[in-house]
Amino acid sequence: MYKMKLDQNKAPVYEALCQYRENRIVSFDVPGHKQGKGNPVLTEFLGKQCMSVDVNSMKPLDNLCHPVSVIKEAEELMADAFGAAHAFFMVNGTSSAVQAMVMSVCKRGDKIIMPRNVHRSSINALIVCGAVPVYVNPGVNKQLGIPLGMSVDSVKRAIKQHPDAKAIIVNNPTYYGVCSNLREIVRIAHEAGMKVLVDEAHGTHFYFGDYMPLSAMSVGADMAAVSMHKTGGSLTQSSALLLGEGISEGYVRQIINLTQTTSASYLLLSSLDISRRNLALNGKAIFERVTTLANYGIKEINKLGGLYAFSRELINGDTVFDFDPTKISVHTRDIGLAGIEVYDILRDRYDIQIEFGDIGNILAIVSVGDKILNIERLISALYEIKRLYSKSSAGMLDHEYIEPVVVCSPQEAFYSKKIQLPLKETLGKICAEFVMCYPPGIPILAPGELITKDALEYIIYAKAKGCNLTGAEDINTEKINIMVE
Amino acid sequence: MEMWYTEEQTNNVRFSIRCDKQKYSAQSDFQRIEIFSTPEFGDILVLDDRIMLTQKDEFIYHEMISHVPMAVNPDIKNVLVIGAGDGGTVRELTKYKSIEKIDMVEIDRMVVDACKEFLPTVASKLSDPRVHIFIDDGLRFVRHVENKYDLIIVDSTDPFGPGEGLFTTEFYGNCYKALTSDGILVNQHESPFYNTYSKSMKQAHKKILQFFPIVKVYQAHIPTYPSGHWLFGFASKKFHPVNDLDVGKWNRLGIDTDYYNTRLHKGCFALPTYVTKQLLENE
Repeated sequence: MYKMKLDQNKAPVYEALCQYRENRIVSFDVPGHKQGKGNPVLTEFLGKQCMSVDVNSMKPLDNLCHPVSVIKEAEELMADAFGAAHAFFMVNGTSSAVQAMVMSVCKRGDKIIMPRNVHRSSINALIVCGAVPVYVNPGVNKQLGIPLGMSVDSVKRAIKQHPDAKAIIVNNPTYYGVCSNLREIVRIAHEAGMKVLVDEAHGTHFYFGDYMPLSAMSVGADMAAVSMHKTGGSLTQSSALLLGEGISEGYVRQIINLTQTTSASYLLLSSLDISRRNLALNGKAIFERVTTLANYGIKEINKLGGLYAFSRELINGDTVFDFDPTKISVHTRDIGLAGIEVYDILRDRYDIQIEFGDIGNILAIVSVGDKILNIERLISALYEIKRLYSKSSAGMLDHEYIEPVVVCSPQEAFYSKKIQLPLKETLGKICAEFVMCYPPGIPILAPGELITKDALEYIIYAKAKGCNLTGAEDINTEKINIMVE
Repeated sequence: MEMWYTEEQTNNVRFSIRCDKQKYSAQSDFQRIEIFSTPEFGDILVLDDRIMLTQKDEFIYHEMISHVPMAVNPDIKNVLVIGAGDGGTVRELTKYKSIEKIDMVEIDRMVVDACKEFLPTVASKLSDPRVHIFIDDGLRFVRHVENKYDLIIVDSTDPFGPGEGLFTTEFYGNCYKALTSDGILVNQHESPFYNTYSKSMKQAHKKILQFFPIVKVYQAHIPTYPSGHWLFGFASKKFHPVNDLDVGKWNRLGIDTDYYNTRLHKGCFALPTYVTKQLLENE
């Protein structure tokens, strides 16, 4: 773990807001609810404390678009806590951090190497900026059907075939918890003069816990997007963008400001500040507890048989270089249930909400807010689901990953002349939009990809099992936009 | 100086008992545990600001949660008691010579220790050789058990706090699996009177209905519990709680009680209409 240099007990944004509240300022600025007084129902619902700090940028509170005082200081503390050269507070989710990373290193027509099982936010960035993806097929675990990390060899091949690529995106970890050999990927990329951008949406805790997979900043990656709200305890939508040495802070800020709100929420900013302080001071103990809880859950679930909670035994030195020990990822197909079915039963019958269920797996996220009694409930509910709902797994789809056939760049396809066709008539056409299950938000089809039999079969199966399909212009995903050639 | 223990039974209702002194106060990993001595109710046990028992009226609760199922099936040999760290339920069960084994699963060791020391009249039988105490989460314990117990008694706290897992679908399903083919499940079923409690009561009833063919509810009057009107759940794979009651058989056992008797047994399943209506919402 990185050694912090600054006094992490400080929380400048939080302290400035406390001061602001004490000063009882009369406000003739926005927001119009004026510390909640203008919206009693909302104030009753969210609480006076909360409304009183939902305020606008002002001199004592700094301004996220151009930080010079308390936000600047808070960002420096964030950078120090993560061992980064600089950190940006982000208020439009980790999606905006991922997009800022891509747009900071790529221009229209530039190539960028990435695994195809990225979150939609990466490909969205390509639509906006016009960079062209070079996909690296991730490894696939045959038994579980899940996509893994990128092998070092496949990254080497991509670099050799596309020496003009500007950057490489790495998912670290994937949604399921799989990590690639980040240190080696950074080394070979830098050797080839390429930047390494790491989508660490699920990796905040890597920076603070012991025995965690390597974090992006620790191995010299150039930029990383970390979702403080996912496992770090801050409010939903708050996130951080980390920079390594040699990336221009000023230029990245310009890129961020192209799309970022000019009225950043102080609720989000203070939650980042307070969560960073908590992680810096207590993160080690917190994630030791979280890991213990997750380990216990995994062990108990595996005692049952039928359900397979997979973890570090998958490590193979390459496509599963490491595995996030705080996740409970469970393969469900062997009890004859799709992950999404188990996900639905858990919510509808047992009042347990998990992160996602896909074709063959479910994922439960254990984090700073969990108690052992809740883990017991999850385990017991899974025991019951096996006892009461399991059936034959014959005829079930066995893979989560569909190899893409890329015909043209996402931007070209998205802005091309296109028509809507019923799903079944789209075989062999070129897709002009995204189709994905959400969660997890990994595209089944991205703009510019050939619509294959595999992809169609997957979409129809996922719909039948109750997955929430998103991305298409047609909200019911009965029709798909295709390019007119 | 006046000292009163005041419980907020709901946001709008308070219940107070004059106290002489505080005998015990500690924070365990799960809850705050307090014991007060009071002039009216004797010693009282309070967990997380809720009265669990008082020496004066605990007999009602403990007799009703144990003797009702035991009278329906006096051949019960193997009993699992979940919660019940104070020992009151176990004390009633040990009155039956025919019971061979009582497993008690309590999550909080400090409750057991405090009751043994300060509430000996309640905890007296925890040392009976048939009693095996497991310090564990009830939900976790019952998960691994199949076709083993003739009776499971869920003597839990309210469903907010450490008792929460004992009011869940997964727990009732696991209990069903842990019971033998003529097994009975009896549970502390909250109260129909105040909304906060009746919500839990209705949900528990709905969840238990999913698993057992015979699901009934019975009542008792417990003065120190919110509203005084308290319910118990009786769920069974085979026995009907009233039709299968053998009055003579139980009375011949000569068991000494102060609240329970076989006439009351038949009556306690006759519920007020407003309670029946609430239960029917989910049937």
